Amino acid sequence: MPEPTTLSYLVVAALLFVVGAFGVMVRRNPLVMFMCIELMLNAVNLSFVALAGELTDIDGQSLVFFVLVVAAAEVVVGLGLIVAIMRNRSSLTADDLAELKG
Amino acid sequence: MTDLVWLVPFLPLVGGLTLMVFGARIGEPRTGWLATLMSASSFVLTVLVYFDLLGMPAEERSHVVSLFSWIPVGSLQIDFALLADPLSITMALFVTGIGSLIHLYSIGYMHGDPKFSKFFLYLNLFVFSMLALVLGENLVVTFLGWEGVGACSYFLISFWHTRESAAVAGKKAFVTNRIGDWGVMTAMFVAFSVVGSVSYKAINEAAQEGTISRSAVSAIAILLFVGACGKSAQLPLYFWLPDAMEGPTPVSALIHAATMVTAGVFLMTRVGPVLAESYGWVPDTVAVVGAATALFAATIAVAQHDIKRVLAYSTVSQLGFMFLAVGSGAYVAAMFHMVTHSFFKALLFLGSGSVIHGLHHEQDMRKMGALRAAMPVTALTFIIGWLAIAGVPPFAGFWSKDEILLYVYADNRLLYAIGMVTALLTAYYMTRQVILVFFGEARWHDASGEHGAHGDFRPHESPKVMLVPLVVLSVLSVVGGGMQLPFSKDLHFLGHWLEPVVEEAERSIKGTWADENKYVLLGVAVVVALAGIALSVAVYAKRRLPAVEPTVLENAWFYDATVARLVGGPGAASFRGVTTFDARVVDGAVNGAGAVARGLGGVVRRSQTGFVRAYAVFIALGAVVLLAWFVWRGWLA
Repeated sequence: MPEPTTLSYLVVAALLFVVGAFGVMVRRNPLVMFMCIELMLNAVNLSFVALAGELTDIDGQSLVFFVLVVAAAEVVVGLGLIVAIMRNRSSLTADDLAELKG
Repeated sequence: MTDLVWLVPFLPLVGGLTLMVFGARIGEPRTGWLATLMSASSFVLTVLVYFDLLGMPAEERSHVVSLFSWIPVGSLQIDFALLADPLSITMALFVTGIGSLIHLYSIGYMHGDPKFSKFFLYLNLFVFSMLALVLGENLVVTFLGWEGVGACSYFLISFWHTRESAAVAGKKAFVTNRIGDWGVMTAMFVAFSVVGSVSYKAINEAAQEGTISRSAVSAIAILLFVGACGKSAQLPLYFWLPDAMEGPTPVSALIHAATMVTAGVFLMTRVGPVLAESYGWVPDTVAVVGAATALFAATIAVAQHDIKRVLAYSTVSQLGFMFLAVGSGAYVAAMFHMVTHSFFKALLFLGSGSVIHGLHHEQDMRKMGALRAAMPVTALTFIIGWLAIAGVPPFAGFWSKDEILLYVYADNRLLYAIGMVTALLTAYYMTRQVILVFFGEARWHDASGEHGAHGDFRPHESPKVMLVPLVVLSVLSVVGGGMQLPFSKDLHFLGHWLEPVVEEAERSIKGTWADENKYVLLGVAVVVALAGIALSVAVYAKRRLPAVEPTVLENAWFYDATVARLVGGPGAASFRGVTTFDARVVDGAVNGAGAVARGLGGVVRRSQTGFVRAYAVFIALGAVVLLAWFVWRGWLA
């Protein structure tokens, strides 16, 4: 079993990101879209950590904590919104929420 | 005490606002008394300020009271500041003094009018605006008052607005004054752009010290003169004043004879140094316009039949005299004549109002005559006013008119000759008026039926409240000349008082032929005045000579008709052209810009589909494009 290199981490991160982006674009359930966004964020986190190790620069790792905190805050707001919308509607797909379109 | 000068305009403002809110509830005579009280308190305060200034050394008699910062915008700092100096206090004294007398008179004259309290509301607001005009420390405060008196003048001319002619006259006055206001505004803009300030002190000092170019100084002077022509009814903008006689007679006395119309002369005196430092043709223009207006209006007054229109043209003519004085550099003489004129012209107007009141609103002098028996006090005071304006010594008008003519003689003989002819005509038409109204046979019997008089129609003397102002003004018209007697330097009271303000601009006539032979000129003036009176007596009393009242003069040289035709024909056509240009080109550009933005928006808004996933796709594509751009750039490098 060879040691994983930085490149392999980056490849995994890229795969995760593509999965997340694809999910946001094709799924209609807001909860699932939400999870896909988390996936993309964590893909970026992974690449940050990997590159921080490669470049021996602590900045990349510390940035990850910011991302985690912001993501947590975002989840609070986002889930709150979704629950509030769910209460007023029987079913929920993201495509139904288009009242403000141009 | 001088610090309290702000109370002087403030009290009439309070009075006006009180009447605006509670006028209807306070009721008829009391609103009048309240307004009179406010104006009179203001007069008392002004007198106190006057004595306060008098107690100071002459060079310190200039006191600025800044109330608050009014317009602070970058380098443009305009304070709401009042200036108490000899010139402004002289103006404030006669504005509040005569204003109070006319308030008092109006209580009698407006008795029974359904809009009684509103009349006094306007009068108080007028006094406030006029005081802001004269006490302003800078052009902007003055302009506030300038517009205020214009608005009050409009309200009061069309006070009886149900009468078509009154409504039209009000509009005419307002629109004509706007032309003048354009001049004042433009002068303010020029002053700010070259001096960086609109305060009189800064402008006058900049002109004297030559820190601004002579062309700029001349531009300010001539633009202010345009404004003065509008407000003070000079050629070519004079024609609103005779029509302004549609307003109630106290209004004609206060606004259109004694105070507002003198604002132009005041303004030119205030910026005297600017006028003095202008190119020579600027003061010459002022003098020529003044002389031309004086003569022009005097010729018209000769053939008028309406008792108030004679006085209106006479006012235009006398204002012309004041501008003639200003243009000749005789600022003290201009102010002197302004003050005495306000005494005797207010007296004459109030007297004519008393006659109109006694005759149940008859204004045609052909239906008057022999009223001296029925209205003894009015007749006596009117005769005093007549002697004053005709220039008979020792009445006030003689001294002030003579002082002007003295300076004009030193400046320009031709203008002096015009002034003399005008003086002759003034004596002539005023005598004609006195004879037609108070002497001869009574012509009002056959007219009595028209006025719905019950039974025996008999002219009656006016109530006491109207006669008191007449008596006070007639006393002032007799003794007013004592302010400035020509016999010795010690008798130039007004001259010494105004000296700190006007000394920079005042022209010295010392050592000229006119100064050394002033008694000759005095004698000539007396002879001319008496000749005018004698001529008029021969025509209208003795009937030895035929009356010369050609239609062309009765119709004011058809000036009004010509202006109406010009404005109505080519004027209206060019205005229509401008509106078409505005509608097509200007509005077209504005609407076109709007239409383009809307069309573009209609196309672009389609991208806002409302589908979150579509937005996600756009974001992803955008990210890809950005990434591609960076990669491509890295490739090139």
